[in-house]
Amino acid sequence: MIRRLLSYVKEYKKESILTPLSMIIEVAMEMVVPMLMASLVNDGINARNEAGEVVGDMQHIILIGVFMIVAALIGLAGGIMGGVFGAKASTGFAKNLRKGMFDRIQTFSFKNIDKFSTAGLVTRLTTDVNNVQNAYQMILRMCMRSPMTFVIALVMSFTIKPSLALIYLIAVIILGCILAFIISKAMKAFEQAFPKYDELNASVQENVNAIRVVKAYVREDHEKKKFKTASNNIYKIFSAAEKLTTFNGPAMSITVYTCILLISWLGAKMIINTFEVDLNLGDLTALLSYCMSILMSLMMFSMIFIMLTMSAASVRRINEVLAEEPDIVNPENPIMEVKDGSIVFKNVNFRYNKDGKENVLSNININIESGETIGIIGGTGSAKSTLVNLISRLYDVNDGAVLVGGKDVREYDLEVLRDEVSVVLQKNVLFSGTIMDNLRWGVRKKKDGANQPETPQEKAEIEAECIRACKLACADEFIERMPDKYETYIEQGGTNVSGGQKQRLCIARALVKKPKILILDDSTSAVDTATDAKIRKAFAEEIPGTTKLIIAQRISSVMNADRIIVMEDGKINGFGTHDELLKSNEIYRDVYESQTGGNGDFDEGGEH
Amino acid sequence: MPGPMGRGPMPRGMKPTVKNPGKILKRLIKYMVLDNLALWICVCACIGITVFCMTVKGTLFTRQLLDVYIPGIQAGTKTFQDLANEIFVTASFILVGIISSFVQARIMVRITQGFQRKLRDDMFEHMESLPIKYFDTHSHGDIMSLYTNDVDTMRQMVSQSIPQFLNSIITIVSVSISMIILSPLLMIVSVVMIAIMLITTKKISGKSGKYFVKQQKAVGALNGFVEEMMSGQKVVKVFCHEDKNIEDFDKLNNELFDSANNANRFANIIMPINAQLGNVSYVVLAIVGGMMAINGVGGLELGALISYLTFNRQLNMPINQISMQVNSIIMALAGGDRIFQLMDEKPETDEGYVTLVNAKKVYKPGSENKEYTIEETDERTGVWAWKHYHKADGTTTYKELQGDVVFDDVDFGYTEEKMVLHDIKLFATPGQKIAFVGSTGAGKTTITNLINRFYDIQDGKIRYDGINVNKIKKADLRHSLGIVLQETHLFTGTVMENIRYGKLDATDDEVKAAAKLANADSFIRRLPDGYNTMLTGDGANLSQGQRQLLAIARAAIADPPVLILDEATSSIDTRTEKLVQEGMDKLMKGRTTFVIAHRLSTVKNSDCIMVLEQGRIIERGTHDQLIEEKGKYYQLYTGNQIAG
Repeated sequence: MIRRLLSYVKEYKKESILTPLSMIIEVAMEMVVPMLMASLVNDGINARNEAGEVVGDMQHIILIGVFMIVAALIGLAGGIMGGVFGAKASTGFAKNLRKGMFDRIQTFSFKNIDKFSTAGLVTRLTTDVNNVQNAYQMILRMCMRSPMTFVIALVMSFTIKPSLALIYLIAVIILGCILAFIISKAMKAFEQAFPKYDELNASVQENVNAIRVVKAYVREDHEKKKFKTASNNIYKIFSAAEKLTTFNGPAMSITVYTCILLISWLGAKMIINTFEVDLNLGDLTALLSYCMSILMSLMMFSMIFIMLTMSAASVRRINEVLAEEPDIVNPENPIMEVKDGSIVFKNVNFRYNKDGKENVLSNININIESGETIGIIGGTGSAKSTLVNLISRLYDVNDGAVLVGGKDVREYDLEVLRDEVSVVLQKNVLFSGTIMDNLRWGVRKKKDGANQPETPQEKAEIEAECIRACKLACADEFIERMPDKYETYIEQGGTNVSGGQKQRLCIARALVKKPKILILDDSTSAVDTATDAKIRKAFAEEIPGTTKLIIAQRISSVMNADRIIVMEDGKINGFGTHDELLKSNEIYRDVYESQTGGNGDFDEGGEH
Repeated sequence: MPGPMGRGPMPRGMKPTVKNPGKILKRLIKYMVLDNLALWICVCACIGITVFCMTVKGTLFTRQLLDVYIPGIQAGTKTFQDLANEIFVTASFILVGIISSFVQARIMVRITQGFQRKLRDDMFEHMESLPIKYFDTHSHGDIMSLYTNDVDTMRQMVSQSIPQFLNSIITIVSVSISMIILSPLLMIVSVVMIAIMLITTKKISGKSGKYFVKQQKAVGALNGFVEEMMSGQKVVKVFCHEDKNIEDFDKLNNELFDSANNANRFANIIMPINAQLGNVSYVVLAIVGGMMAINGVGGLELGALISYLTFNRQLNMPINQISMQVNSIIMALAGGDRIFQLMDEKPETDEGYVTLVNAKKVYKPGSENKEYTIEETDERTGVWAWKHYHKADGTTTYKELQGDVVFDDVDFGYTEEKMVLHDIKLFATPGQKIAFVGSTGAGKTTITNLINRFYDIQDGKIRYDGINVNKIKKADLRHSLGIVLQETHLFTGTVMENIRYGKLDATDDEVKAAAKLANADSFIRRLPDGYNTMLTGDGANLSQGQRQLLAIARAAIADPPVLILDEATSSIDTRTEKLVQEGMDKLMKGRTTFVIAHRLSTVKNSDCIMVLEQGRIIERGTHDQLIEEKGKYYQLYTGNQIAG
């Protein structure tokens, strides 16, 4: 998991290696400084004359001072380099991770996309990457630093006075054990607490979304009570977890000061020669300052450990995206041309879940001629959308085959296939940008010289084509009434156009492709019946050669099609003309009767 | 202290500059401290004790050891016993310091978690009181971000920044005092060095800040793009737009990298620069101090110099820390600003005084149970009355709740500038069924939202049982109205709990009866745990039709005299639709009902059909009348046939 992530360091490997190296320089200097300070105190300030009186040695002070400044400069260089490289390495790593994920998501098939929620993907690309970036920076800059400080300080202490340094070693072991114990306990507590925290936020979200229900039933107090209980629970759980970590500080302080006092006592004894070992004042100062370094580094280490485990969730979530294998890929020698708009389903079975037992589509056999208009009708969950999604290979069949233009869809180049089979999805989106920008989504990529900027002539041609598509989709009429016409800016999610307008724009966008097969998946549900009829008429007159598949709830949208498919529970219940079905198909007759003769449907109509 | 969630350090769309930071800070401190004044005083006291005991006393001990005891013992003026005593005294001080720092940490946990709880509770409580308009005008993502990102930055400020700030200040003050006592002359040198440090920090952090602003912008741009593309990913696939997408993403991604790299770079080098400046300061002080001590200037002893040097090092750390905390405090202020904006939003006002009470009918003797008066009672009788207190003459009258609704020349607009409803006149007598038809945006849903006062009208009057709705207490008004919204929302909890939402004290049997009435019972019983099946994520495990049935059951259990039904337009299959329709029909029996209809079958048998266009009622009448009129309704109605 970690290895896969690390493979995205890529071009920032150099910086990732240089950062800890620079930090080593800084740490080394940080360790040299106490030595120099010791010397400065010992042989400089505390220098004695022959009589043993403390008189100080100015020359020595200045000499060591110069050394210290040199050390400071080297340390500074190390520190700055560490900072600069660390920043580049971590932000670069984050950049690569984002790109890696985004690129990977672009290769996802519908099945892959279904697995992740939109919000989940956004969080992964933003917050989670940010967490990993911070963690990575910390690892590079601090994780090296703490152990290095620890090792160097310990070694230095041993060179000064092994017997006294032994105290540190013992202290470190004891403290290490205590910290490890506390942290492992605390971590467990936090791990249990975080889901509760997410639950709380989920309940807020629920309330925000359902505020009308809450208000309509006057349940504000009920919700407040519920929330208070939950937030009080969070309070208790997190307090308990955090209380565990409050033991860290005292454990640390007790150890540090025990060491200091012990060393002071023993050091004093040594200096005064009771033990006939020689130790001088400066050494004692140095030892005391190493004491802090050693134990601080241990503390830092424990903190880093906590922070890292907290970013572990982010690592796991990013990894989920990176590890997701796109299950639809281009074939090796793809066919680059779709001959015509005929569609054949041969013994098709389909399941969303590979291991699932129940087929969503079972035993589908259909023959559609090029240029035919086919209506598809059936209840929710009867797998109408699923059926048409197989045609442009948004999903792959489990058994059997789908043929377009006489060839298995799995043999085509994906882009070629999807350009020729244009789908207007049920849940459609417009993107922020002008109407023209949105329509241009349907413009096919140039096959060669793709990077050349388009000439003014080409631009005019494309725009004329877009306008033509809008006229076909009956979108031109309302666009022309807008103040900025085709340059009208569409807000994110298309919130500034109505449902029916949005649907017509989406149809137009699909038409710009000039596809051989056009699929409308319940794409006129918010368009009034008259306009709906107009659109269908335009289709019949203007693009007769295009095979058209129209999924609808409204019987009027499909009854004039050449043939109509009636779906029921993932199976084809009937397939024929309106008159045939009316005679032979019970479901069809049911739907027809319930919707006509005074039982029709106004459905959001009337946008002229 | 690690916080809940390693959430990103900066909230989305954060503006790095805060207007009026002083005012927000003041308000924030007031909000934070007032309730917990005693605890905060304890914290300050603990920090003081800790600093004194550990930093000051601990450092002074080293000086005493090197300056007094070791030479003293060597010279024979002190004994090891004296040293042992001193160590014992110091140890006691340090123990006190450790205990007080432990106490401080414990109190901080309470303060931090308590503060978060208070913040969340207050935010939620206030949010619940806000009018629907607030939720219309604020994106749900932004509201959520208040609870996650902003509360988190506030937590960081309370748990980390503020204690560190306090600690740093107390340390600086006490260490400075010790240093001045040791040598006022050297203190001047120290101050100069600190000034240099602060100036460098300011310069660098200014640069880094500039890039942080840029980074924020880049983050915002990237987030916006990612959000849009992720939600439109399927469309991207259908249009083979992946390459173009990657190209656009790369541009934004590289911009973010550039600014993030620069911002981090400058932030990263502040620490090492200050640390090394600290070392330089040490050297300068050692040289100056050494010369002073050797030449006997300012009465500085060499031992004191050593202590002074140690203190000087201790001074650098808190100064560094303060400069580091400034950034996070500014961020917290920005978060605080947004939270206060929520808290400052005006709650829904309710000037109503007419209340809904349980009532009983008292028949006049000899009237053969025809004439009766209404009297208030404590029992739940199924009869309700409006208790109307008349200020003018101090009398209270009771009026039976019947469900008579009148709109009198109502004008309404979501904003002052743009009216969406004009001159709406309508009346519904108890038990009538009123249907609204018309195109999207004609104002059908808006009208129903005025009856229960989700929005307040600009002009005209709405009367409920003859009482102006503005006079009725909102809670009571809404209790008397049952609503099935077009978009069904369910809550996390069991099916049982979700239905019971309509009447919190309903028994299990009542819930089941309501479910039966709504035609929901049969599918509920087929769920894995029946009525105890858990619903999560807005009932994601149910189909649209099933959710709709639950919403109907929820309205049914409330048993209101007036119903507002906003029919679902989304694709429900014919069979479920029949069930939903039947459920609704059963529910409508005997109640005044407002139906926003999309299917002719619902409309046909209405007592009155209102055809709306652009906020005006353009036609009204029964189905037969309207058909005869051959107007818009006729067009809509026959449109099906033409289209066919």
